[in-house]
Parts: sequence; structure tokens; C-alpha cells
Amino acid sequence: MALRAPVESQSTALVRFDADRPKGLLGRLRGAMEKWTLQQGGKDLEARLARLVAPQNEYGVDPFGLDLEFAKAALAPALWLYKSWFRVETHGVEQVPAGRALIIANHSGQLPFDALMIGVAMLLEAEPPRICRAMVERWAPTLPFVAPFFARIGQVVGTPENARRLLAAGETLMVFPEGTRGLNKTFEKKYQLQEFGLGFMRLALEVQAPIVPVAVVGAEEQAPALWDFKAAAKILGFPSLPVTPTVLPVPLPVKYRLHFGAPMRFSGSADDEDAELERKVKEVKARVQAMLNRGVEERKGIFF
Amino acid sequence: MRDTVLITGISGNLGRTLARILHRTEKVAGLDRRPFAGKPKDLELHQLDIRKKKVEDVFRRGEIRALLHMAIMHDPRLSQSEHHSFNVLGTKAVLEFAAKYGVQKVVVLSSTNVYGPRPDNDNFLTEDAPLLGSQNFPDIRDLIEVDMYAQQYMWKQPEVETVILRPVHIVGPHVRNAPSNYLRLKRPWVLAGFDPMVQLIHEEDAARAMQLSLKPGARGVYNVVGPGEVPLGTVLRELGRQPIPVPHLLARPILDRLWTYRITGFPPPELDHLQFLCTVDGSKAEKDLGYRPSFTLRETIRSVLDEAPARANLSVVI
Repeated sequence: MALRAPVESQSTALVRFDADRPKGLLGRLRGAMEKWTLQQGGKDLEARLARLVAPQNEYGVDPFGLDLEFAKAALAPALWLYKSWFRVETHGVEQVPAGRALIIANHSGQLPFDALMIGVAMLLEAEPPRICRAMVERWAPTLPFVAPFFARIGQVVGTPENARRLLAAGETLMVFPEGTRGLNKTFEKKYQLQEFGLGFMRLALEVQAPIVPVAVVGAEEQAPALWDFKAAAKILGFPSLPVTPTVLPVPLPVKYRLHFGAPMRFSGSADDEDAELERKVKEVKARVQAMLNRGVEERKGIFF
Repeated sequence: MRDTVLITGISGNLGRTLARILHRTEKVAGLDRRPFAGKPKDLELHQLDIRKKKVEDVFRRGEIRALLHMAIMHDPRLSQSEHHSFNVLGTKAVLEFAAKYGVQKVVVLSSTNVYGPRPDNDNFLTEDAPLLGSQNFPDIRDLIEVDMYAQQYMWKQPEVETVILRPVHIVGPHVRNAPSNYLRLKRPWVLAGFDPMVQLIHEEDAARAMQLSLKPGARGVYNVVGPGEVPLGTVLRELGRQPIPVPHLLARPILDRLWTYRITGFPPPELDHLQFLCTVDGSKAEKDLGYRPSFTLRETIRSVLDEAPARANLSVVI
């Protein structure tokens, strides 16, 4: 299946897709993963994938390195996590506007499965379906295998210039303003938003992008960190080294609930003083916190 | 009469490509210490080192309308002082003569290497990005110095229209630079687990960009890109190469040794290009100069496979 309706002049490019797929074991693995993706998603997913458009060249990659064919294969385990492991429930995803948007969510769970699940939700349930771009840490490009993997599934290093460029092109960006402060916090701080960075607000004002607040309920309990082994983390060069009951931060089969809020639009100058921006950021943070509180209150259980 | 375009470094592989293209429409003269194999008869070559005093005579005649300065060498085996002397002092000398003798246009060929491949680079660096290329590769300091000098010159000599071109990796049947030589290897090294996006430009497209910057009114710094971005691994697959993946933590020390013992011609700091992004936004050149690549991505990649005709035969092409 071609991810993009074949245009006559590009018909040879589609043939080249297969030629470009790695041969041998890797190619076979990719084929099997693609099959698994379609098995889990069925006809519905196939139709949604077919609606994805990325400005591809004759080698099937977009200028940032996103390869839709690769992404289709990589989607399989994410789909399994979404449907079978975390059994994700989404609320209000229809409020996400088409075109440029900044998704602002809370970050938790030691490993960023929350980002992955929001990404899958945007692909499976948002209208139109899209590949959400998360702004990844600046050290990700130094990690072997991780670096090209992120690039092929459309994740981009989080520099302001990259974000601006993507939003200007009408893409949807996912930003966690807490960063690792939220991701790696210990369990006693669960569902308390940590300090928000201001960068996303400058960006939203500059390119006039609506902000979609999202509350992720469930991720906090996937790998509760009892203690952060800061000294060892420093030696190893990690942002933190959480100690969880499962030793490694493997996610427990908690139930995820994603609450999408109504888009927020702000006006003002991107060059305003920090104090002015902080006021606006506070507003977003308060909205996410309120959605979080309600979500935690309303849920029936952590695992179901 | 002021009608001549003077090309420094004309006898190099790219210089001859440029001369061939420009020669159709302009009166071209060359300045190079090397002989020009297969030189067209009506092209005047001043066979001189650009640092020599006699270079001033070339300008003194007052025939030069534009200077295309591409006599910038990059041979990592040569000493730093020789590099510095040839590139920096040579550039200063010819640019100063250009201002002194009323040349209206100066085009300096730099490259996107001045930005340097880095993990925290923007995916599309614009012309105002800092030039950090020598941070991990001190040997290219002189190339950055040339670029910076040309920028200073642009402000100091407002009556000269100065253009600095920073093309991405130039490849083609004739050029023999580090990226094209790397792509010609049957079993090139790659860094295991890294596959950065790369940008290539065909030598003739690069030459055409230089030609377009001769346009009256054009001035400024321009990134010059080819027909798009593609993962390095895909380039190697297109060329039918069998890359050898080497863990990046081992690759550097191994290559350091091989380099020291002169077993390889691949400078160890260049490994960064196999690991990190050094890709740029070329939209400014498209807008201001009207430059667009004429070769497709596949043609550009495959151009390294076309063996260049022997140098002596080039005259037939011209």
C-alpha cells in the first residue's frame, strides 16, 4: 500500500520504495512489523494512513528525515501499547484544530510513553490524522540507533528554529514544558505540575499557533520512582536515575486517559518580557492542572 | 574595457567546470599556479601563485569586471601554516586588489562546512548561524577565517558587490573533494546507529550558482543547496556501496591511528559528518539569485559514478 496517492510522474518513485528497503533480516523484520501494524489497525487504520501526506522526495523521506514507510513499521509496538497494554482512552480529541497547533501536556512516567501515546492518538483519533512532531532533547542526536530512529518517525531536535519551521509548515507540535523535571520526578510529586518553560509561549505568539492543553492521567503510576539517584546519574551523564520497584523503569499496565482541552489562543508580542509571558504560561499551566485534577478524581482505578 | 571575469583557482576540477560554463557567455581569465589542462584558446591564464606581487599586474590593467575567488585549498595533509598563508593571505591579497582597481563584483566560494556538523544544529541552518565548524576540527580554521574576512570586506568596501556562497557538499564526475571521494569508496565506513540527513549539490549546479551571483545587484551571504535532503545510508544504497558500520566510540581512535600512520586520507574529525547534521536552508539564494538546482536528487547522487573524461579530453567538451 502506498501512503500517498501515486501521481503518474511519481509512479517510479513508488517502485523505488521497495528497492530502498534494507535487504536481509532488517528488511524482513520491517515487513513483519508493517503487517503487525495493519493487523492491529485493520481497514480503518489503513485508510487513515493513506491520508497522511508528507512532502516526500524520490527516496520517500521528508526534509526532516521522516520516512512514512518506516514509520508504518515502527508504529506496530506503539499500537500494541496503545490498544493492549495501556488501553488508552481519549476524551475531547475532536477539539484539536486542523493545521498548525502546539500540544502542551504534562510529562511523567520516567520513560516518555506519554509522548508516544499522544502521538498514536493523533494518528488514530484526531481529524485529520497526522504525525505529531515531538521536540526531542538535544542530546538525542548523540545516541546511536535512537538518533536515526527518531528522525525516521518524524521527531525533531527541539531547537526554536526547527519548531518555528514546522509550525509554519502547518504541522502539529508536541511540547512538554516541564521537560525532564516532570518526566523524572519522584512519586510523591505525582500529578503536580513542575515548573513550565517559557519557550513554547514565545513560539505560539510568534507563529500564531493555537495551544491545545492535554492532561495525561495514568502515566504517573506506570513506573513510580521512589528515589532519584542523582549522584550516579551525574556520573553516567543521564538526566536522572530513578529507582523504581521494577528496578528498570518498565511501565506497569496502567490505564491511560488522555484529556484534550479546548484550544487556547493568545495574542501579544513574542518579544515581551518574561513576566508578561509567565502570566500567559501560568494560564496554560492552570488549565492543564485543572484537567489533571478532574481526570484523577473521575477515574475508577489506576489499572482499569 | 571592463569585461573580464577573473577566476582564481581555475585549474582545479571545479574551476574548470565553472570556466566551461562561464566561457559560453563571458570573457574569462584565470589565475592559478597550476597549468590548465585543455584550456580553451581564447581563455587567458595567468599562471601565478595568488600571493605573488605580480598578481597586482593582472588587476592593474583594469579589464576585470568581476572576481570569482575559489582558490581556497583544503588538503588536510598540508601544514597549517601553508594553509593559512595560501587561503587567508591569498584571499586578502586578491580582495584588496579588487577594491583598489575598481572591480565591481567579488564572489567568494566558501562552504557549509563553516557551520560544522553538530548534534544540536537546526535541521536547516540559515546564513546567520554561527560558524562553529572549527570547534571540533581546528584544521579548517583558515576556511572560516576566509569566510569571515569576506564578510568584513562586504561592509568595508560597500562599492564592491560582494557575494559569499556556501554550497553544500559538491559532488560530480570531476570534483575530487572529501565528500565525493568518500562516496566513491566501495566499502565506506559508516558510524553504527547513525544515519544523518545529507545535502549534495552537483558541480554544475554549484558553478551555475556562481554564475548567477555575477548578476548586477546581487550581494550577501548565501547557502546554496542541491535538490534536497536524504539520509546518508540511502545515498550509499543508491550507489550500491557496502558500508562497514563501526561503533562511533571506536571509530575515532582507530581512524586517528590510521591517519597518523598515513594509511587513510580521511581526516578523523570528518567523522562528524557521518554522525551529525550539517544541513542548511537554501531558500535565500533561490529568492535573491533565482538559483534552482537543475539536477534531480538521483542524478546528483549518481554523478559520482560517472568517471570524468581524462583531463586532456576536456577540450573536446569545451
